[in-house]
Amino acid sequence: MSDVTPIAAATTEESTQVVAEIVRETVRPGWRTRLAEQPALVLAGVLVVLYAVTVWKDDSLLTVNGVRSILLLACPLAVFAASQTLCMLTGGVDLSVAMTANFAAYVAANQSGRGPWIALAMALGVGVGVGAVNGLAVGVFKVNPLIMTIGMASVLLGVVTVGLRGWLAGSTDVLDVVRTVGSGTLIGPLPTNLLVWTGISLVLVLGLRSSGLGRVIYAVGDNQIACRLAGVRVWQVLLAVYVLSGLLAAIGGLLFSGTTGSVGVDQTNSYLLPSVAATVIGGTSILGGTGGYTGTILGALILTVLNRLLLRLEVSEAFRQILYGLIVLALAWSYVRLTGQKVREGGG
Amino acid sequence: MTTPLLLETSAVAKAFGAVVALRAVDLRVRPGEVHALLGANGAGKSTLVKILTGVLRADAGAIAIHGRPVALRRPADAQGHGLAPVFQDPAMAPDLSVAENLRLTRVDVPAVRRHLSDMDLGQLDLGEQVRDVPLPFLRMLDLARALAFDPQLLVLDEITAALPPDLSERVFAVMRRWKERDRAVLFISHRLAEVRAHCDMCTVLRDGRDVASFVPAEGGEGQIVAAMLGEAATVVREEARTRSATAVDVGDTALLEARNIGAGRHLEDVSLAVRAGEVLGLAALEGQGQDVLFDVLSGNRKADRGELVVDGVTVKAHHPFDVIRRGVVLVPSDRLQALLPQRSIRENIAAPLFNRVTRWGPINGREEGRRIDEAVQRLSIDTRAASQVRRLSGGNQQKVTIARWLARGLKVMLLFDPTRGIDVGTKHQVYDLVRALADEGAAIVMFTSELREIGLVCDRSAVLHNGRIVAELPADAGESALLRAAHGLETVPA
Ligand SMILES: Nc1ncnc2c1ncn2[C@@H]1O[C@H](COP(=O)(O)OP(=O)(O)OP(=O)(O)O)[C@@H](O)[C@H]1O
Ligand SMILES: [Mg+2]
Repeated sequence: MSDVTPIAAATTEESTQVVAEIVRETVRPGWRTRLAEQPALVLAGVLVVLYAVTVWKDDSLLTVNGVRSILLLACPLAVFAASQTLCMLTGGVDLSVAMTANFAAYVAANQSGRGPWIALAMALGVGVGVGAVNGLAVGVFKVNPLIMTIGMASVLLGVVTVGLRGWLAGSTDVLDVVRTVGSGTLIGPLPTNLLVWTGISLVLVLGLRSSGLGRVIYAVGDNQIACRLAGVRVWQVLLAVYVLSGLLAAIGGLLFSGTTGSVGVDQTNSYLLPSVAATVIGGTSILGGTGGYTGTILGALILTVLNRLLLRLEVSEAFRQILYGLIVLALAWSYVRLTGQKVREGGG
Repeated sequence: MTTPLLLETSAVAKAFGAVVALRAVDLRVRPGEVHALLGANGAGKSTLVKILTGVLRADAGAIAIHGRPVALRRPADAQGHGLAPVFQDPAMAPDLSVAENLRLTRVDVPAVRRHLSDMDLGQLDLGEQVRDVPLPFLRMLDLARALAFDPQLLVLDEITAALPPDLSERVFAVMRRWKERDRAVLFISHRLAEVRAHCDMCTVLRDGRDVASFVPAEGGEGQIVAAMLGEAATVVREEARTRSATAVDVGDTALLEARNIGAGRHLEDVSLAVRAGEVLGLAALEGQGQDVLFDVLSGNRKADRGELVVDGVTVKAHHPFDVIRRGVVLVPSDRLQALLPQRSIRENIAAPLFNRVTRWGPINGREEGRRIDEAVQRLSIDTRAASQVRRLSGGNQQKVTIARWLARGLKVMLLFDPTRGIDVGTKHQVYDLVRALADEGAAIVMFTSELREIGLVCDRSAVLHNGRIVAELPADAGESALLRAAHGLETVPA
């Protein structure tokens, strides 16, 4: 209200209208301006509307079990999307999350004979190891992240496939603790895996906002030259990011295997592209530098509900895929339009 | 008035959300005129330029060219009406070659070449990657590109800010030519001497309005400054050296010493030393190796020969961090290299604090806020658009590149044209700041393309020519002596 700007009479009729508009805008920021400043609110709105529409097709979503199933399914997606959020903030992506998750879950199950803690540590070690290789390749050897992580995914597929005939052969018993966390219920509609998800969310949201690593992650995504000139060693940041990404992928894989009670060479692969989509819908720029995990959480929930809705529609699988893709594109597009997020603004 | 105005704007307004950049601007440019557009940082000059060239759309107001109202919705509309700009920031994609960039804008490449050779820059290699072309030459390429459209009105947004004297002269020659052809130039600069020497008329913007319009050569700098800064003008002192009498004793050992440094094609053999409390000015024409020298001193590039000694310790720098951790910091020539455009002022200024893994933990928000407020105040940064520095005006962005080192603390500061794009009021604050840092015991090396600044802030100066230091002069040697030395002419040794 404070910044009322009198604007001298304009000369043409057309511009008089614009004057009226701008006076209104300056007196009270328009709804667009306000929404653009609160993208999380917009996403939450989309989620509510989508949920309502889905309830209309599938009223089980109003039951305790319905809510629980959405949360249960959204959790691994949100954890994989956490990996993507970190990588994308630096301008990268991690397309090896699904294979890392499969591999880690497989290792945990396979080594369950050694006791739960050792098996878990080995599974998380897989995530860290894969992430470290990705991080060194991207950060030190400047391999394009897309290519590096796709390559990593096929290498991992090969490793697991060969391993199944040798050192990974034998037990596929999912650990009890993994099973409990992955499929238990805390209270009411809240599944136990929500604990893990909440923990990750807190660390990510707070960490990105107010830790030194968070700051340099955004900085690297925004301008690597400026980082270098500020003394930031970009490779260290990228290494940290891909290691965290691998670690999160391993956690996601364990959660998923706990939910389904089984392990498989490609069981989380269908989560890969949705994890990227959830991040983009959530407002993290593919080019890096802006975004955050709050949006990603909402993105993951939106996609999970959307999936549920589409499953209820009586249409062919192919059509469902097309619809899903189109809706994801529309959401991402409207987000960019609304917040005025731009690739680059003209000089000046 | 007999001849119609070439350009007339009335009540042009533009707001970005809550930030009002232009409230109501009337501007009248006659044919055959070099018209200066003046104003403090954030006054709205670049915004007006973008509106005139179709990059931004005005919220209100009207624009007429040769007496006829026009709608400038796209850059192409502006081009069609004979308006061609050189924007404040270089407008070429760094990963492409110059020629590829030119092709992207569908400009007549032979015409660009012709204009380059007219400006005596025919030797520029258009096949070179834009990121390897020094900033001043990029500006000249932008100019040649604008000229290739053969515009009625040439709009130059702070083109000379990045240019050394010899290149500036070539811009002025172009402006004269445009005038003689009865066309016009809209010229933006914070260097009032240039404005007074080359502009026939000026319009001063303050807080998004045109507050005065007069002949700049009449009435002295004082009149311009008063119009630009309004009440704040009284703060600007008469230009006197701000050197304090109580400066710390210049120590014996150099804080930064370069011994016989050579690198690449342009830097032959440079030795220099700066001691605590001292400001060393560097002057050079374009392409004498100053960029490479600063790259080497700041650890951004390895020297082929010679030694870099910081505070008595020989440093082999593999990364800028290796010198930064010893307190040697750089304000680079191109501010876009030092900014995180999508991040806030706060994050930009704080960025160097997190350059070690041990600082990656939780941030103490209050402590950080205090340091940042202090730096923001010391440089009076306009924080109206603080959430993303790409939205700041050029001058305010420049201040952020300096501020980010104040929050951290430093021993040696390497300044490459630190006042580039900063308005007259704040320039003095920067000079004071540089002197204050020196008085607090820092050693400062300052390259400047505005030779006047050497007399204003430096204790002594060195002149670079063909990759060597050809003269060392006292601070009061005067611009003409510096210029002679910079051209490689004989000077009497100091
Ligand atoms: N995209 C944007 N979003 C928000 N604010 C903006 C944007 N672009 C410019 N501004 C604001 O508009 C005001 C005028 O900016 P402008 O760039 O026109 O100033 P200027 O006169 O060119 O200053 P300088 O001499 O520093 O270049 C500033 O306060 C700036 O922060
Ligand atoms: Mg500007």
